[in-house]
Amino acid sequence: MSAVIDDHGPAQDHAHGPAKGLMRWVLTTNHKDIGTLYLWFSFCMFLLGGSFAMVIRAELFQPGLQIVAPAFFNQMTTMHGLIMVFGAVMPAFVGLANWMIPLMIGAPDMALPRMNNFSFWLLPAAFALLISTLFMAGGGPNFGWTFYAPLSTTYAPESVTYFIFAIHLMGISSIMGAINVIATILNLRAPGMTLMKMPLFVWTWLITAFLLIAVMPVLAGVVTMMLMDIHFGTSFFSAAGGGDPVLFQHVFWFFGHPEVYIMILPAFGAISAIIPTFSRKPLFGYTSMVYATASIAFLSFIVWAHHMFVVGIPLVGELFFMYATLLIAVPTGVKVFNWVSTMWQGSLTFETPMLFAVAFVILFTIGGFSGLMLAIAPADFQYHDTYFVVAHFHYVLVPGAIFGIFASTYYWLPKWTGHMYDETLGKLHFWLSFVGMNLTFFPMHFVGLAGMPRRVPDYNLQFADFNMVSSIGGFMFGTTQLLFLFIVIKCIRGGPKAPAKPWDGAEGLEWSVPSPAPYHTFTTPPEIK
Amino acid sequence: MKRHPNLWMGLLLWSVFGQAQAAWTVNMTPGATEVSNAVFDLHMTIFWICVVIGIIVFGAMFWSMIVHRRSTGQQAAKFHESTTVEILWTVVPLVILILMAIPATRTLINIYDSSESDVDIQITGYQWKWHYKYLGQDVEFFSNLATPAEQIHNQAPKGEHYLLEVDEPLVLPIGAKVRFLVTSADVIHSWWVPAFAVKRDAIPGFINEAWTRIEKPGIYRGQCAELCGKDHGFMPIVVDVKTRADYDAWLADRKAQAAQLKELTSKDWTLDELVARGDKVYHTTCVACHQAEGQGLPPMFPALKGSPIATGPAADHLHRVFFGKPGTAMAAFGKQLSEVDIAAVVTYERNAWGNNKGDMVTPKDVLELKQAQGK
Amino acid sequence: MANSTAVKRLVLRLLLMVVVMFAFGFALVPIYDVMCKAFGINGKTAGQYEGEQVVDPTRQVRVQFLSTNAIDMVWEFYPKGDQLVVNPGAVNEMVFVVSNPTDHPMTAQAVPSISPAEAAQYFHKTECFCFTQQVLQPGQSLEMPMRFIVDRDMPKDVKHLTLAYTLFDITARHPPVAANAGKDETRLAR
Repeated sequence: MSAVIDDHGPAQDHAHGPAKGLMRWVLTTNHKDIGTLYLWFSFCMFLLGGSFAMVIRAELFQPGLQIVAPAFFNQMTTMHGLIMVFGAVMPAFVGLANWMIPLMIGAPDMALPRMNNFSFWLLPAAFALLISTLFMAGGGPNFGWTFYAPLSTTYAPESVTYFIFAIHLMGISSIMGAINVIATILNLRAPGMTLMKMPLFVWTWLITAFLLIAVMPVLAGVVTMMLMDIHFGTSFFSAAGGGDPVLFQHVFWFFGHPEVYIMILPAFGAISAIIPTFSRKPLFGYTSMVYATASIAFLSFIVWAHHMFVVGIPLVGELFFMYATLLIAVPTGVKVFNWVSTMWQGSLTFETPMLFAVAFVILFTIGGFSGLMLAIAPADFQYHDTYFVVAHFHYVLVPGAIFGIFASTYYWLPKWTGHMYDETLGKLHFWLSFVGMNLTFFPMHFVGLAGMPRRVPDYNLQFADFNMVSSIGGFMFGTTQLLFLFIVIKCIRGGPKAPAKPWDGAEGLEWSVPSPAPYHTFTTPPEIK
Repeated sequence: MKRHPNLWMGLLLWSVFGQAQAAWTVNMTPGATEVSNAVFDLHMTIFWICVVIGIIVFGAMFWSMIVHRRSTGQQAAKFHESTTVEILWTVVPLVILILMAIPATRTLINIYDSSESDVDIQITGYQWKWHYKYLGQDVEFFSNLATPAEQIHNQAPKGEHYLLEVDEPLVLPIGAKVRFLVTSADVIHSWWVPAFAVKRDAIPGFINEAWTRIEKPGIYRGQCAELCGKDHGFMPIVVDVKTRADYDAWLADRKAQAAQLKELTSKDWTLDELVARGDKVYHTTCVACHQAEGQGLPPMFPALKGSPIATGPAADHLHRVFFGKPGTAMAAFGKQLSEVDIAAVVTYERNAWGNNKGDMVTPKDVLELKQAQGK
Repeated sequence: MANSTAVKRLVLRLLLMVVVMFAFGFALVPIYDVMCKAFGINGKTAGQYEGEQVVDPTRQVRVQFLSTNAIDMVWEFYPKGDQLVVNPGAVNEMVFVVSNPTDHPMTAQAVPSISPAEAAQYFHKTECFCFTQQVLQPGQSLEMPMRFIVDRDMPKDVKHLTLAYTLFDITARHPPVAANAGKDETRLAR
């Protein structure tokens, strides 16, 4: 690792622009190139994970087994979860961080450009490994993205070892990305850019990066324990040898709960830039937003067992985790109230980024409400592992993480490409996504409350109608994303010339450089007043 | 399936109108026990609190989206940062949360009540069926999915209780405090009956406890709630709740059946009788892995049609079914099935799908195997 | 740009944090064990109990005995009685029977679990087959006594306890050696 750090001198290739051809992308250490790579990779994974979701929705379109066998269905739910979490959402935010953080804090590049290149190129390797398991004898991972032992150890298919290595590679990549973000933010800010002057996107990413460093090693630890149980005769998770399968869940969720905030906090930051821009009014409470983010990050470490209310935790434990979970509603509420107050008496316009941002606030809040219901332990005995939970986390992750990424993309696309995107098509993309998403996930609340467990390939007739609605919504949402691809390509290839600052209400250093942003920016630090 | 294309029901509308139609069930049911009613009330209370907060927050948003548009000539105000407001919107939610936590705590303490029980049931999860044991009563049985494979594969119309029906339900008396002791023999399962608001994970090597007291007789249905492998979606739970007298009669009958089974073991069986019985046993116990035509799902679950075991010596075949194959998904059925059923299913497998061995294994052979092995 | 020694120092610190958190993941295993024993999470019981207690004749507790075979375990395994009604403080005994019906020697491990979990720390085993592994020769049967004391300090609202054993086949991992049946491994604190 130290070799990577030693010769990271970012000043060495100032003079020349991007190299030509394929090697530009393989060897690049430029934060904009790497950001672009991350974003394209993430989009590919989004389409792949999405196509797995389409298989799931197609099988669930009607009761009975039609398209895939239950064993393959389980591989689809598992891979959909793993790819969306580790392949689509997390790399997309790392891509946005790469592109925008140096531009926002007036830095010439990321602090560790070579490590940056390496951390990206680990990802295609990791996912190639993960996806290849689908073609192995016995199939790919089929134990859910939460891979509870002993289903993922004693009872796992052979390919589980490849799955473990893939997770290790993703973890190393994320950790290196996080170290890079922290090093950049703490060391490369332009003179005068104090911490409390940083844009909220930078703040939320700084906190996210610390979360990553705190929990990705724990994930690495838990999969290492699995590996040892499977191949080296240890018994971390096997009761027969003195271990405990429930221990797996504790360690996993110690990683897993902060992980969900890793997927949402950067979106909070982006939305906190977009809403003030299109409200033409400063963010209502910058300081309280920073503290709210920090509180959410802290609380995320002491609520993990709310994923495990039915494993048989003693009453005291159950009460503690219920109260701690309820507490998270307070800083989250502060954020929502802040966004609403920012819009209040603004001068609002609804370009595509703002549409996605407003939908983000509304739908994420709905996901928050169902989260509040799930926090109530006795009620969770009914909700746990039903479609109500599926509805809940898709309401926080699709309009939360994914809409946050869409909003950010439309918002900064003019800066990246130098062209304005097609506003009509952008709005069409929004409305189709909005309707499709709600059509898919809102009925899941109903079937969940009516008693449909999650991760089942077939169901009783009483759930048939809503499942069909969900499937139709799912196909609609899925197809719509091809329109997004078209819009982005169209914008790269041409379109109205974008000025340095295409949004009249926007603030921040990124708008002080021309559009498209030159290959090298802020080689001399900007002046911050 | 009734079609009622009311797709655009709003959050509020559904709680008012939706409940009327079975096919469009949109809410939890209050259930059949005091606890499930308390949980339902809790659920509705929190739901309505969320609805009220939602109306206020979204109301403010929509107001500003409609009124504060630039197209209406709105000039942006300049205000920001107000400590008073910030404190207010921290404290008010905190108070609301405390109000939510009070009834939740009360219900939870009630759920954790550990007073004496009248009936104790040991529930053991298996891939992919449940085993029930009436403690102190000498009654125990497996409960398998009863939905025929033709319905699952769309070759026959699906019944009302599609995937929610079993060959032998758990039978419980009304009014009694029933304690469930939940564990598992392989992976983690979760025993869930919504009408009782009981959901407990079945964890291999560990025992979990839950209780219920059911007020109304009737049939209650549930499912395994924790992903437990291939047929996670196909291991339902059915509970038949009877009056005390009916329950006692059932229990006596169940004990008599056990004695009857012993007689069957010593009876002289014909090949056809064994094949007929084995057909039934195969389609409840073996079909999930080895499939309806004995073709299996290689490589995990080998085919039986033409397999060296099913067409080899009968003693080896019996041995494999009785002891299983360690390190594979093939379980030891010696402890799971009666002598009659083991003999029947082995005989069936040797004579179905063109295996046509023409030989048979009798219940007495199975009993001999058992006794010869030291028990 | 900012001086690179500052970056280097920061990166080293962050890497240290990564290492510490990786170790912390593993440290969760003993931490969890301690928490389990202290709070009886999952109904885990402590190891062999050495103390003695005065019998409390005024109180009775029902103790229920369950036995489960893990999926591949073909042994017979059951307690000789369903339950005992005991006085806290007194030493009680329940005999469990195992037999190996197969034609090869096998090793087994019994794993105890107590419900309600809150009571686990008040259940003391003075002698238990679960402290060691069991090796049975083909056709061999064994009666295994289990002695226990229910603590006088057990909360008054606990009226009954369930002690459940699950029997696992660990022959593959611990091949039986005929000479040292049941004694070769001292399994501590389960």
